[in-house]
Amino acid sequence: MSSAAVTNKKGFGATLWDYLTTVDHKKLGVMYLFAGTLFFAIAGFEALLMRLQLMIPNNDFVSAGTFNELLTMHGTTMLFLAATPLLFGFMNAIVPLQIGARDVAFPFLNSLGFWLFFLGALFLHLSFFLGGAPDAGWTNYASLALYSPGHGIDFYVLGLQISGAGTLISGINFIVTIITMRAPGMTFMRMPLFTWTSLISSALILFAFPPLTVGLFLMLVDRMFEANFFDHTMGGNTIIWEHLFWIFGHPEVYILVLPAFGLFSEIIPVFARKRLFGYSSMVFATILIGFLGFMVWAHHMFTTGLGATANAIFAVATMAIAVPTGMKVFNWIMTIWGGSVKVTVPMLYALGFIPSFVAGGVTGVMQAAAPLDYQLHDSYFIVAHFHYVIVGGIVTAIFGSMHFYWPIMFNRALSEKLGVWTFWIFFIGFHCTFFIQHFLGLMGMPRRVFTFQADQGWDLFNFISSIGAILMAIGVILLVINIIITAKSKPLNCRDYWGDGRSLEWAIKTPVPFYNFKQTPLVRGYDPYWLEKHEGNKEGMIYAEPLGDIHMPNNSILPLVMSIGTFVAAFGALYHPDGKAWAIPVLILGLAITVGAMIVRSVKDDLGFHVHVEEVIATEEHLYGKGGNK
Amino acid sequence: MEETKFTPQTWPDKPEQATMEGKNKFVGIWIFICSDITLFASVFATYLSLKDKGPAGMEFSAASLFELPLAFVMTMLLLTSSLTSVYAMYHLKNHNFKGVQIWMSITVLLGLGFLALEIYEFYHYVHLGFGYTQSAFSSAFFTLVGTHGLHVVIGLVWIVCLIVRNARRGLSLYNAPKYYAASIFWHFIDVIWVFIFTVVYLMGVLG
Repeated sequence: MSSAAVTNKKGFGATLWDYLTTVDHKKLGVMYLFAGTLFFAIAGFEALLMRLQLMIPNNDFVSAGTFNELLTMHGTTMLFLAATPLLFGFMNAIVPLQIGARDVAFPFLNSLGFWLFFLGALFLHLSFFLGGAPDAGWTNYASLALYSPGHGIDFYVLGLQISGAGTLISGINFIVTIITMRAPGMTFMRMPLFTWTSLISSALILFAFPPLTVGLFLMLVDRMFEANFFDHTMGGNTIIWEHLFWIFGHPEVYILVLPAFGLFSEIIPVFARKRLFGYSSMVFATILIGFLGFMVWAHHMFTTGLGATANAIFAVATMAIAVPTGMKVFNWIMTIWGGSVKVTVPMLYALGFIPSFVAGGVTGVMQAAAPLDYQLHDSYFIVAHFHYVIVGGIVTAIFGSMHFYWPIMFNRALSEKLGVWTFWIFFIGFHCTFFIQHFLGLMGMPRRVFTFQADQGWDLFNFISSIGAILMAIGVILLVINIIITAKSKPLNCRDYWGDGRSLEWAIKTPVPFYNFKQTPLVRGYDPYWLEKHEGNKEGMIYAEPLGDIHMPNNSILPLVMSIGTFVAAFGALYHPDGKAWAIPVLILGLAITVGAMIVRSVKDDLGFHVHVEEVIATEEHLYGKGGNK
Repeated sequence: MEETKFTPQTWPDKPEQATMEGKNKFVGIWIFICSDITLFASVFATYLSLKDKGPAGMEFSAASLFELPLAFVMTMLLLTSSLTSVYAMYHLKNHNFKGVQIWMSITVLLGLGFLALEIYEFYHYVHLGFGYTQSAFSSAFFTLVGTHGLHVVIGLVWIVCLIVRNARRGLSLYNAPKYYAASIFWHFIDVIWVFIFTVVYLMGVLG
């Protein structure tokens, strides 16, 4: 297996097998990135269909039922199956390099996390072909979802249960990696901001996903096995779902936005060519946002009727989050201030991000005021607000980081020229779509309606909003074209593509070998690579160990087998309420596959393998020519 | 990782954390338990909000249904099994493999005893007409106690796999962290049961 690193070309079958069994964090990062992009495109297409329907009043482009399915799948897919894996892609590809590790702490679990996510996502999308998608909104409130006919909601519950388990596993993996695998000298207060935000975001996953697991389980047994958690005639209570969902759902927003903050905190210092302003306050603000993120879930439920006291407490806690977030915004501005700014595509996204995200934050504070929220609740104002946060904060971070990190991940650079076009078209389209929706909301247009009557003053604004959505779609298509063109371009084979890299990931030459750094680097301060460059070190880093054998984990097919087991079991559970005789046996078969694979994993020793010194030298010469990584 | 033959003298003080993999497992199981605590917290919250809730005129209530003697015996079994797993870890640190295997086996037997009593208890309730689908209260009760029971089953399968797999090859720095992680998980199950005993049974009977 280790000799595979030196051989040149592999057949299609061997390559496919390699990707199905890989435990390499860099390959899994690429797989997350492509899977995330696929689901991003699907969910974006759903959004486009909705905007086309709402372009003119009394439209009948899609039916009311289809519209409900589209809005549910758009939200669910974007949050769980697009934004999360795209950010996981960067976390996988970059965090181990940033801390100077060979791989993550549990490479096997890393692979398991990916396959659970992917098969869960696949299961959810099969609903389109098997009798209708979920249609109760991405929040899936029990009062609606319990009585939704067909199997749509069952697909939602089971698909998210599987992919949620994958996310939780990945979260645990990242926490342990960042705690135990840092290179010598990489203290907590020298960690790059993206590593910090990945750590805090993983900690949020750790505490936020179990309540979702429980909520989904209660929904599952209520719908499929006749339990009574939400049925009020049997003593149940639908508000339990709202609480469990939002105890998960609000931290989920921070799970996504914190890594986005981290990515911008990497991009801005590189192109301002200045140390990140207020590093320790950035770390403190990240932790504080993570902590407060769990204290505010009921602000989604102001109109549920929890009472004035509860509303007041949650309103104040929500407003408090603006403080650490504001600290971050000022730190970014202060980093740019007085810097020698180079406006590349990643920096363009960063510059676009700051005002857009602040706009989303300000409307968030408005909604935190409970009395005003009674007016804004379930209107287009809410839609405008969370898209400003999610598109303005997270999607810009993902697009910007694609340009920023493409050289490390693929040894090729995305076109800057096309990137500038993409940015402007997408950015203008985004503001065109969502800015106007604030006013639609204030004028009283409710969210989640499939059509509206003419002459209420909504016609023009809806039309403008739809035009914006088309512009956004054009922007995304340009990005995809850029990716395809770049795939055919020449490899870079360079170090520090942007010329001003500061953290460890830039110190390594591309293409990154499968064992990362050939020797573990020694970290002598914050921004370690910049420090070495400053002192005239031409080799990148100084190393903490002599060149020696490298211990690497074995590939395994078991993660895929385990995930397929859960996939099969989900079908059994899904068709159980139809009274199909094969339902329960299939459920048991699926679980048996998963448990069997776990037992095999448990009793079979997996000691990994060693890459010998000669092989390391040969690999380096193969990748970089004579002289290796100099 | 070459096999090294250890004697009690050369065996490290913390065998579970002596290798990088061991250290990762050690940190990993604690992080996992953090998330499992949140899982149980959510189920406890659901149970407390649905306690004694059911269709109009429901005859079952926590006060009339639960009996403390059975719950007490189950508690004692599980608490003792936690103690025996501590003995196993004591022998693990002293490189006494036989001691590890014997005490881990006793832990499994006590766990099986607990499980048998739990199955009897569930059977008894269903026999009385208090089945899973009878009311919100019954769904919440079986979900809470059943989730704990599922954890017991997983813990037992895990420990049995370890005992059988390693029976012939003795302690190494490869399997020591595995035993250690399993015993941490077992303690965690025990702690959760203490809360179930308090919240479901004691608070149930006392009203």
